[in-house]
Amino acid sequence: MSQPSKLLAEFAVNGEATQVAFDGYKTLLELLREDLGLTGTKHGCELGECGACAVLVDGTPVLSCLVLAQEVIGRAIRTVEGMAEGPTLHPLQDAFADLGAAQCGYCTPGILLTAEALLRDDPAPSREKIRDALAGNLCRCTGYLKIFEAVELAAARQRGETAAPRPETIYGH
Amino acid sequence: MGTDRKDTPVGRWRHDVPTESLRVVRQPLRKVDARSKVTGITRFADDLTLPRMLHMKLLRSTVAHARIVSIDTAAAEAMPGVHGVLLGNVMPNPFGILPVSQDEHALCIEKVRMIGDPVAAVAAVDEQTAWEACRKIAVEYEELTPIHTIHDAAAQPEPRIHDYGVGGNVHRAENLEFGDLAQGFAEADHVREDLFFFEGNTHLPMEQHATLALFDADERLTVWSSTQTPHYLHRALAKVLAPLPACRIRVIACPNGGGFGGKSDPFNHEICAAKMAMITGRPIKICLTREEVFYCHRGRHPVLMKSRIGVDKSGAITALDFESYLDGGSYGSYGVASTFYTGALQTVTYTVQNYHFRGARFFTNKAPCGPKRGHGTPQPRFALEVQLDKIAVDLGLDPADMRMANLAPAESLTANFLRIGSMGLGACIDKVVAGSGWRERRGKLPHGRGLGIACASYLSGAGLPIYWNSMPHSGVQLQLDRSGLVTVFCGSTDIGQGSDSILAYIVAEVLGLDPFDLRIVTSDTDLTPVDLGSYSSRVTVMSGNAAMQAAERAREVLAKAVAEQLEVPVGRLVFAEGRVFDTEDPDRGVSFVEAVVAAESRWGTVGTTGSYRPPKSAARFKGGGVGPSPSYSYTAAVVEVDVDPETGIYTVPKIWVAHDLGRAINAALAVGQVEGSVYMGLGEAMMEEMAYRPSRFGVHKIPSMLEYKSPTTMEMPDVVTYLVEDPDPNGPYGAKEVGQGPLLPIMPAVANAVFDAVGVRVDEVPVTPEKVFAALQAAQSGKSGRFGPTKTPDVEWPAPRRVRTPWQGGTGVEVERESQNEAAGVAGKKGA
Repeated sequence: MSQPSKLLAEFAVNGEATQVAFDGYKTLLELLREDLGLTGTKHGCELGECGACAVLVDGTPVLSCLVLAQEVIGRAIRTVEGMAEGPTLHPLQDAFADLGAAQCGYCTPGILLTAEALLRDDPAPSREKIRDALAGNLCRCTGYLKIFEAVELAAARQRGETAAPRPETIYGH
Repeated sequence: MGTDRKDTPVGRWRHDVPTESLRVVRQPLRKVDARSKVTGITRFADDLTLPRMLHMKLLRSTVAHARIVSIDTAAAEAMPGVHGVLLGNVMPNPFGILPVSQDEHALCIEKVRMIGDPVAAVAAVDEQTAWEACRKIAVEYEELTPIHTIHDAAAQPEPRIHDYGVGGNVHRAENLEFGDLAQGFAEADHVREDLFFFEGNTHLPMEQHATLALFDADERLTVWSSTQTPHYLHRALAKVLAPLPACRIRVIACPNGGGFGGKSDPFNHEICAAKMAMITGRPIKICLTREEVFYCHRGRHPVLMKSRIGVDKSGAITALDFESYLDGGSYGSYGVASTFYTGALQTVTYTVQNYHFRGARFFTNKAPCGPKRGHGTPQPRFALEVQLDKIAVDLGLDPADMRMANLAPAESLTANFLRIGSMGLGACIDKVVAGSGWRERRGKLPHGRGLGIACASYLSGAGLPIYWNSMPHSGVQLQLDRSGLVTVFCGSTDIGQGSDSILAYIVAEVLGLDPFDLRIVTSDTDLTPVDLGSYSSRVTVMSGNAAMQAAERAREVLAKAVAEQLEVPVGRLVFAEGRVFDTEDPDRGVSFVEAVVAAESRWGTVGTTGSYRPPKSAARFKGGGVGPSPSYSYTAAVVEVDVDPETGIYTVPKIWVAHDLGRAINAALAVGQVEGSVYMGLGEAMMEEMAYRPSRFGVHKIPSMLEYKSPTTMEMPDVVTYLVEDPDPNGPYGAKEVGQGPLLPIMPAVANAVFDAVGVRVDEVPVTPEKVFAALQAAQSGKSGRFGPTKTPDVEWPAPRRVRTPWQGGTGVEVERESQNEAAGVAGKKGA
């Protein structure tokens, strides 16, 4: 049915030069999930409403469901699969695991990457700034509170502080 | 080993273990799958692919109510890339979650009952081709008058949406009376009647439903799906795909990307994928669009309620006459249970001396309603808690004190024969009253700011299975390998709540292991013993008890082998830190690995099983099957609001919530469940609603995540969470539920806070600014400062089933049967 019309292009995916042949109509989300097998990037609406598909393009969070793959040829794409350094989790991943900030884990990849971009620009964001940065990422499990606290915990650890979860966060008041 | 102990003695589950002696349980550990979740490695259903896989799409009805005259699939079948087209006639067996409402077909056969009802399925090389082929299918409909509301359904018996039920478009009508209502009202010092409406809302899980089906070369079917109930899906598949035997069907529930009740029914798309895989011989994948998820629904029923309540001077409830009218949508789903749930738990929070409940569920041509977090209980909870707030104002009492004075007692039977075990609501009220500064601040804040309180209770698992049987509700198998690996097999399904981790923590606690060393295998009907599913807040209590029994049996086996080897009495052996040792001489011991080797050398392969079945209910009247539970959780919440008296626009700056969960198996996860429940309740309270356009043929008004408003990071307030631990004898280590109860008080607490802030009542959920504004305007123009429903439909109620309360000497059966039993008993004695 379809003509042999695939594009052949190279992307820098998680720091690796990646050649891929793909249909020109595909979104970055589809390229990642279907052509590169990077299913860590999720979808909740495919209309740019939920933030589950957020990835970083040249360090900036974008909704991969709204970006055509051919718009970002040659650019640096960062997905959740690229966050850990070998077996060592990224401080954000560690903090999310420690606090139970990932319940079902479906919105988690998009939130982790959005938060990573925030912390790069502001190593000590206020709670308000975290709310603002994550306002486009829906989560139905956590009520966001553990997510805010995990971002704060990771930020403190990234600043080199020895930070532990607050007792009321993990035991209640 | 492995036989079920049918009667479990109270105390068996060691609810009395002191907190300080626990090594794993209660600790705020990571989930066992935490690393997979934060690295994107967790494989949800739509992340799976198989070689040669085809993609399936469903053609859905564009009309709300119609007879199907003809379907022409020729053009679709002729399209290149199309490998299969299915119509309903190849799947004639009906299915449905409840045995009493087997009213769905995998594809509609004669009728469509809602926009979105599936009429055809197409499998093709890719999603786009499948969708284009769907659009080439021509369906001719003969339209029938659609029915969109409770009032329409009550007023229009014809055309009937279904040909079963009470009659007309009434699906179900129930009438239960406990005690003597007239007497109760006669004893009341104050009586009031109020109407309330709770709009429907939906689960909105982040993950869209997805299914992958494989019919392999050995003629075995495997279905991977985002389902909370693999066991019930297994049964539905076996029913529709007969004669394919159930033993050749394997259902694997993938980790769910959120469920909240929305993935608890067996779904038409799951069955179609399986059938299509069998017909095409190719793996079949379907992932619903977000719009389709809205039409899949099974969420909160819209419920109209009338509550007439009689209280004495202290606010104690002498009589409660409660009516609920449920807008069920187009299919039965869990609706019969939902109907009973709108009446079941009113009695579990405060003592109700005499209680009358009538509930009716209607069919309408909208997405079917079913169970959403709290299942049928948030609506009456809203009504009752707002009404009690009004009573407190009427009587000049503090709403918190009035509630505190009338708590249902621990270790008691309610008017409708629900058995309460531990009951920590008093402690919960104390916590939120102190934390919020209730005494100093309520009624004393500047105009526009206010505090509201509400309480709730919820079940820790349904006491009865969905289909009648005497088997366990949850089973666990342990396999002990000579490497020291303990594998835990259980049918339970992790939907994000952490049920896999709970199994690991409990088994690790009993066997003295590191929970991260265990292997957890769950929700695979070929491999794991049945657990009924992740619904009704049942998993921690039921799979937890089963896991505990299996682990204790394993400990017995190992202890016996080690005792022989070390020549130490079994009773002196302790399992801790990966060792089995003599408590009187800790150096004398063996590693856990050596203990397994000793047992395997002595008796062969080491494995144990554990099972759990809830205790028998005292409610033996017809309709008493909904409401009983091994235990009940309790919650109290205070909500603060900041209302603009000019516009009605309000924010919620802070919430204090205390939840009695018996015992936290993992404190951090429990706090997370409370916060998540509060969040979801706040969404329902403030903004979430399933809205349809009756003028546009019943199409959903806002089937998208952008327009169906749910709270974002910007709306979520600070929440102060208190865990109250009042261990219950029926829970593993005393644990009760935590995943649903804390949602319940939020909606009424918001409404009560709005009243404290600006003096008007919104007797409807969601409490939107428009409604607050309308009530403010009404008050300003001298009318009642209230927004809410004003009428209920006419329903022909069946005669009441009367049951005497425990304090009247009732035995839990209908009065009629009591006298019959008495007569039979006398006759029996004579015969003897």
